[in-house]
This record gives sequence, structure tokens and C-alpha cells, in this order.
Amino acid sequence: MDDALHTLSAAELGRRLAAGTLTSRALCEALIARYHAVNNKVGAFTHLDEADVLAQADASDARRKAGQGRGPLEGIPVAIKDNIAVKGQPLTCSSQMLASLVSPYDAHVTERLRAAGAILYGRLNMDEFAMGSSTENSATQKTFNPWDLACIPGGSSGGSAAALAASLVPLALGSDTGGSIRQPASHCGIVGLKPTYGLISRFGLVAFASSLDQIGPMARSVEDCELLLCALASADARDMTCFAAADRALTPAGDAKKLRIGIPKGFLGKGVGAEVAAAVTAAIEFYRSQGCAISEVELPSADLAVPTYYVVATAEASSNLGRYDGVRYGHRSASAGTPVEMMTNSRSEGFGPEVKRRILLGTFVLSAGYADAYYMRALRARSKIRAEYLAALATVDVLLTPTVPTPAFKVGEKAADPLQLYLEDIFTIPANLAGLPAISVPCGKSGHLPVGFHLVGAPLSEAKLLAAGRLFESAHRFAHQQAAL
Amino acid sequence: MSSSPSDWEVVIGLEVHVQLHTRAKVFASSPWGFGKEPNEQVDPVVLGLPGTLPVVNREAVEKSILFGLVVGSSVPEQCAWDRKNYFYPDNPKNYQLTQKDFPVVVGGQVEIELPGVSRNVMGEHKFIRIHHAHLEEDVGKLSHAGSGSLVDYNRAGVPLLEIVTEPDLRSAAEAEAFLRSLVALLTQAGVADCDMEKGQLRCDCNVSIRRRGTEKLGTRTETKNLNSISSVRDTVIYETARQIRELEAGRSITQETRGWNAELSRGYVLRDKEDAHDYRYFPDPDIPTLRISRETVARLQTLVPENLYDRQRRYVEKLGLPFTAASVLVANRELAEWFEAAAAAHPANPQGIANWVTNDLLRDLAASGAAGAPLTDAVPPAVSLASCPIKPAQLAGLVKLTDEGVISKQQAKEVFAEMFKTGQEALAIVDAKGLRQNSDTGELEKIVQAVIADPAVAKSIAEYRAGNEKAINALKGPIMKRTQGKANPVLIDQLLRKFLG
Repeated sequence: MDDALHTLSAAELGRRLAAGTLTSRALCEALIARYHAVNNKVGAFTHLDEADVLAQADASDARRKAGQGRGPLEGIPVAIKDNIAVKGQPLTCSSQMLASLVSPYDAHVTERLRAAGAILYGRLNMDEFAMGSSTENSATQKTFNPWDLACIPGGSSGGSAAALAASLVPLALGSDTGGSIRQPASHCGIVGLKPTYGLISRFGLVAFASSLDQIGPMARSVEDCELLLCALASADARDMTCFAAADRALTPAGDAKKLRIGIPKGFLGKGVGAEVAAAVTAAIEFYRSQGCAISEVELPSADLAVPTYYVVATAEASSNLGRYDGVRYGHRSASAGTPVEMMTNSRSEGFGPEVKRRILLGTFVLSAGYADAYYMRALRARSKIRAEYLAALATVDVLLTPTVPTPAFKVGEKAADPLQLYLEDIFTIPANLAGLPAISVPCGKSGHLPVGFHLVGAPLSEAKLLAAGRLFESAHRFAHQQAAL
Repeated sequence: MSSSPSDWEVVIGLEVHVQLHTRAKVFASSPWGFGKEPNEQVDPVVLGLPGTLPVVNREAVEKSILFGLVVGSSVPEQCAWDRKNYFYPDNPKNYQLTQKDFPVVVGGQVEIELPGVSRNVMGEHKFIRIHHAHLEEDVGKLSHAGSGSLVDYNRAGVPLLEIVTEPDLRSAAEAEAFLRSLVALLTQAGVADCDMEKGQLRCDCNVSIRRRGTEKLGTRTETKNLNSISSVRDTVIYETARQIRELEAGRSITQETRGWNAELSRGYVLRDKEDAHDYRYFPDPDIPTLRISRETVARLQTLVPENLYDRQRRYVEKLGLPFTAASVLVANRELAEWFEAAAAAHPANPQGIANWVTNDLLRDLAASGAAGAPLTDAVPPAVSLASCPIKPAQLAGLVKLTDEGVISKQQAKEVFAEMFKTGQEALAIVDAKGLRQNSDTGELEKIVQAVIADPAVAKSIAEYRAGNEKAINALKGPIMKRTQGKANPVLIDQLLRKFLG
């Protein structure tokens, strides 16, 4: 039975732990064995403090024995993307700049997980500072897609998605600025949800683009995803953009068969792979067969989303990443000089090429003489996109599209063409620009590689997205498929 | 023919950076204060550690709004923060949170009083308009030691209100008067302590000159980081003279940023316009626009103290105080309120009470060390009345006893000294010392007649009767001697005139 522990869902693990047929220690030992067996092939984890994990597991088992279990996540490991702070653990953002940084504090979500009894289980690889769609921008290591080790897992939460698909852990945290949870979820055949902006505190999430970033749950099933989301969502006075809305977002949505589903016009056309289009069309037909009302909706400004995103996100990033200068922490250049020279050299040495590209782009779009033409204009486009999405979501409950136009590509295939890579996020970016919740759910294959569909809802409609996902998942077996390694 | 300095008019605008009196920093819960070990008052947010976020300190916003109400600004419906991006090691995030487009204070004015021709004469009053004031975070301090540089982030994140005037000031004296008024307004409302020795008030000074009678503003220079009122005054004088010299020599003024060397009393160029930073301002995405409710404004309005010059006018016009006493009292809110409490306990003689407060009480407080150490430029020396041994009603009691003739003015001085020493009531001291003055007309008549009959004073009596008014005083000494100094001097005077008249 122990052989299979790593394949079980968090919900099932929770039931066994509650029934006393499983201990958190046994579970963690099984997962650590799995880690030793496959992590070197997949490259999902960058750090796993085994002694700390086992100590947490023992503490959890002791709590449970004493009748002081903390909830549905008690004793269940949750792996964490390396841009979310855990006290005493590395916080590298997969960057040379922060290679030596150990966080002196817990993120709000980390505190929530501790309070829920979860085991904080290791650090997951990512694109450097969450900038990328393939995890190839990690300065630490490569991560490979468990469904085809020659392919990328997506990104930037590629470590999180790969860890789940490789059955290294039952639950993981990702962060999503333009699709960084949903795109790797789609590529790795798992479920990933980006919540409404403000539902989960960003305190302790290393900022990439503050007005777009959200932490979100990733899991192998919609049910597990919901379990994790419930633990994370809560008000936090340390993040002024976080609001007390967990109750509203998570109130059961009613009958998923009555949902009105909008299909944005043209989203299944140009640039979408044939097998992707077929899998997503089949999902649409499934919902129609269940009684859902399917209608076409217009989102005329959708083409503005990618350029708008790369102005807004890089502008904020250029400022957010200003603090990495070698003065207080992180990489400090060995070459001496004035303090300002030291800062310049530290940044030149510490950041990778994609991060530098985005800092330069963001610096440019905010510069005197250019800010009006780029940054201010992008803010107007963003308002327009948000208004169109909200208008569409006043007539339907959710919008359904592919998550990504094409399946995972080969490692290195798009490395020389950043603009092509930026199009990976064409369907996911609008939800970030508009602050809307969105989920990616597996719905089939393109060849041997997973494909997901994408649902976007009105603010705080997470319960509807989850209900729709569960309806699909209950009738399909994609969710519990795992890559053979 | 060269023109005289009076042909030129100087135009001055000030940017005053004031550290607000708050418990915590402006975007973090870390406390702040003076005299701590380097980097003792920091936390992950202050240090800008990865993942930390700013949270606006409500107290700092309310103090800023209170300042706005003090200067009569219209409090905006909302305010917001922007990021000012620049790289320097004293700046933990390499951007400073400030308010560019939606400051917390818009408009308002500060009344100033220029020096009069003498201390006893009130000078001209003027109003200086406030353009706006914005709430931002202070930066750390960089120092160079040996081969390296050290940085202390204790000051980083301290709430800083930057108060920007219109270019309404026309002389060094006006700039000085403005800063003195501003400090009084800020301290009296509890917005800031303005301790310049501790760097709690720093000033950037914009100066330009133009031909008197012309409208067009000249090219201005900005002298940065002046940390005393005298430095601002000296900078204006220096910069005015320099600009006149340049223009009269046929050269032009360069728009530049300057520094001030207080030891040498000289300005110097820091950078010219071409070196100006591009701060790449944009709205801070971590802090949502803050709505300022009218309920909050109404609540804060109740905390606005009476304006010091309104108070001064009231003291002079309604209470009949001389300007000198009124100006001393209003400069310190605690002192003014102490005075008013005493005056309320004996409304018949506010002048008498003011006289005691501004002369005797302040002198004895200073001597006893209750006054704060006189600070350079601090206006006025901070007096602490908390430990004052005399309570307002007690001083009123003393003045009342004098006014009613129970004790003489001379006796009152003795009683005051005892009150200051022991905190006892005036009446108790008078009785204990047997100082009650003799106003028994019958008894005094006998004594007066006895003294008049004494041949030793015959000469003085003759002189008085011959028209020398002052000669009468020679008779008062012997009367006092016979009454052990307790005779009511007013009554004695009346009796002498009656018997000699």
C-alpha cells in the first residue's frame, strides 16, 4: 500500500489520516522516498529539508493523537514555490541574486498552512522571479515535464506543476501574474486556480508585478484544489490589497448544470493547435450535454491583452526588483568601488537575461517622455479589457477557452524567441489584468501531452469555477491520471 | 551705473520636510525614535525584504490631515501614493513611497508675524499660501567610514510630511518668520515635534530674484537639506546677494540644485538641471487609493487648537494684554492654556496674571530646570508645565489677594517664592507667615497722626505742602516701621493726604 501513497489525492490522504490508518510520518517518508526516486529526473524541487519535514510530521501526528488536529490539511504535505516566504527556508526565486537568502519570516499563506496543520514540504523551482512560461529561466536548475522529459513543464510555476504530475507531493502553491499557475497546470495535466485579486494575501510573496500577482492552489484534482484554496483565503491586515471575501468566494455555487457558459468569439481559431481545439470543443459539448447554456460572447479588446500586460507587468517589475542591489541581502559583487558601483555590478551579475530584459523594458515604459505613450496608455487599455470582461460576465457565469493555444514544447525550442514565448499566456493574461478568478482543468491530450481548458469568472466566483470543474472531473478520468516515470 | 540691492526683489518658496509625531513608522509597525543603535528600529518591511508590503499608518495620515485643517486647507476626498524610483544605498527599496498626484493636503495658508521695530511693538502680519503637503517615507543615513560605507535604516520609513509653499516669501526675515509660525502650528497641534537638533525638520529653499515691479519670475535655484531656521535665513541672504551679483555682472542664473555649508556660511553647486533624475513615478500598486471620510475630518477638526495669532489678537483686544506678554504666551500652547486657566479663576485681572506668568513663573521654571534646554532655533524654548509646582488657580488666588489689598505687591513676591517652593495656597502662606496687611483705618489713623507729629519729618511735610509731591514718601517709611511693614500702602497714602491736605 505504501507504494501507492504518493499517488493519492489530498482528500483521500485526509480521510486515511483522520481514520488513523495512516500517519503523517509514514506519508512523508513515502514522499521522501518518491523524491529520491524521481526528483532528479523531473527537477521540480530545488530544496527539501527532510529532517524538518519529518519533525513537522511527528508534531502533526502528536497533535492528532492528542485530539488537537487542526483541520482537513492536518499532516498533509504542501510544497511551496520558491517565491513564497517560509521562515528558516531558502527564498531564492530561482535567482542567483537571492541564492543565499533564507527568509526570516513567514508569508501569510505559510502562516495559514501552519495553522491548518499542513506540512511545509520543500521549495519548488520556477522561472527566475516568476518571469517566464517554461521554467527555463531558473538560474538553479531545469525542470522537465513528467509527461515527456524532453518538454518544458510550463512556467513560471513549473516546479509546482511538475511536482504534482510526478506524484512528488499531493498539493502545491504557485503564483500567477499572467498565467504562471494555469499554463503549467495545463501543460502538466493538473488543476491550477488563480483567485480573484485580493482574495489571498500577497504578504510574503516576492513581488513581480504587484497589481497582477496572486498566490493560488495547485493540485491533481479540483476537489484538492478547493481544499487548499479554503485554507489560504483570509483577510490580512499586512496586505492593503487583500480583502475579507473568503466567505463570499467559497459559498457553494449551486447546481453546476445550470451554469451559463460563454465562449469568446475567435478564441478557438488562429494559433490554437487542432488537438487542443478538439479537446476544448469536447469539453464545451460535455457542458452542453449536462444542460449548461452555451453562448458566444464578444471580447473585442482581447488582442490588447498581451501588449498591455508586458507594459504594466514590466513597469511594476522594474520598480519591484530595484531593491535587489547587494546592500542589505542577496548577491553582492566582489568588485569594489563606490556604493553605487557596487549596486550596479551586483545587479549586472545577479540577474539572468530574461529578468534584465523585463527590467529594461519596464524602465523604458516609465521613463520621462515615454510613460504617456506606454505606461499610461496600457493602464487605459487595462481598464477597457476589464470593463469588457465584466460586461461579458454579467450575461454568462463563466468564460471557457483553452488555457494555452498549444501543448508543452521541447526544452530550448522557444528559448531564442521571447516574443513567441509571451504568446503562451494569451488566454490567461486577461484574468490578471481584470483581477478575475480563473482555473485550468485537464480535458484531454494533444499527442501524449496534456491539454487543459480555462474558465474565467466574475470577481469572487471561485465557487462557480470549482463547481464547473468538479462536474467535468466527475465524468472524466483525466484528473487522476499521472505521468509514468 | 550699477543698481542698488533695493532694485531687486527676492522670491522664495520653501519645501519643509517634517517628521510626524507618530508611534510607528509610516508604512510599517516598527517604532522609531532618536538615539538608538544603528539598525535597531527596523523590521522586514522597513528593510524592504522580498515579499514585504507597505501598510499605511492611520496615525500618520490623520496627523497630516490635522495639519491640513490647521492651515485651513480643503481636505481632499482621497489621497494616493506613488513610487519615486532612484538607486541609492540609503533607500531600502530603491524607490520612495510619496504622493505625487493626490497629496493628503491641498492649499491652505500660514499667517506669519514679522519682527516689530522693538520687542514691545507687533510687526507686520502676512499670509503665506501652502501649495500642498504630501506624506512620504524618510530614508536611511549613509556614512563613510574608512574604506567602506555604513548605512543606518533607523530613519528609513519615518513619516515625513513635505509642506510646499507658494513662492510668496519676499525676504530672509519672512522665510524665518514663516518657519517659526509653521513650527508653532505643528507643535501646538501635536502634529510634529520639529526638533531641528534631531533632524525632525529639514528644508529645501527655492530662491530667485527679479527687478522690483516686474511680474516674471527669475530663474530659481534650489538649496537642499537645510536643517535649521538660521541656515534658511543665511541661504536666502547668500543666494540673493549671489544672484544680484551674477545678473549685475551680465551673467545669467543657472537652474541648479545647491547645498549649504553652515560652517563656512557658503552655498555650493550640487548638480545642474541636466543631471536631474528621472524618477519614473507611477502609482504604487500595493497601496489602494485612500478615501478620507468626512466623519474622520469632522473628528480631527475638533482637535485643531486656536490659531496662535487669533489667540494673540484675543489676548490683546479682549483681555487687554500688552503685545509683549501676549506674544510670549501664545508661542507655547501649554503656557497659553495654563494662563487661560488662571485667568478664568480670576477674570477681573488677566493683565496681572499675564504679568506673573511671563515674568516670575517663566523665570522660576527656567531656573528650576523645568524648561527644556534652549534649542537652536526652537521657538520658543519648550517649557514643561507638567511639573510646575504652582497650579493656575493658585496663581489666580495670589493675584486676587493682591488686588483686594490683603497683601502688598512686595509681600506677594515673597508669597510667590514660597508657593513655587512648596506648592501651597497663597492664603495659607499669608496666614502662616502673618503677612496679612493692616488695613484697619482707625488704627492706621492713629499711627499716621503720631508720625506727622514727629518733628523729625517736619521738613518733609513743609516740602510737600510747598508742592513737592514726592516728599510725602519720606513719611511712609516710619509708618511702615511702626507697623512691621504690614500697613496697607494704598490706605497710608490716602490717610497722609487727608491729614496733610
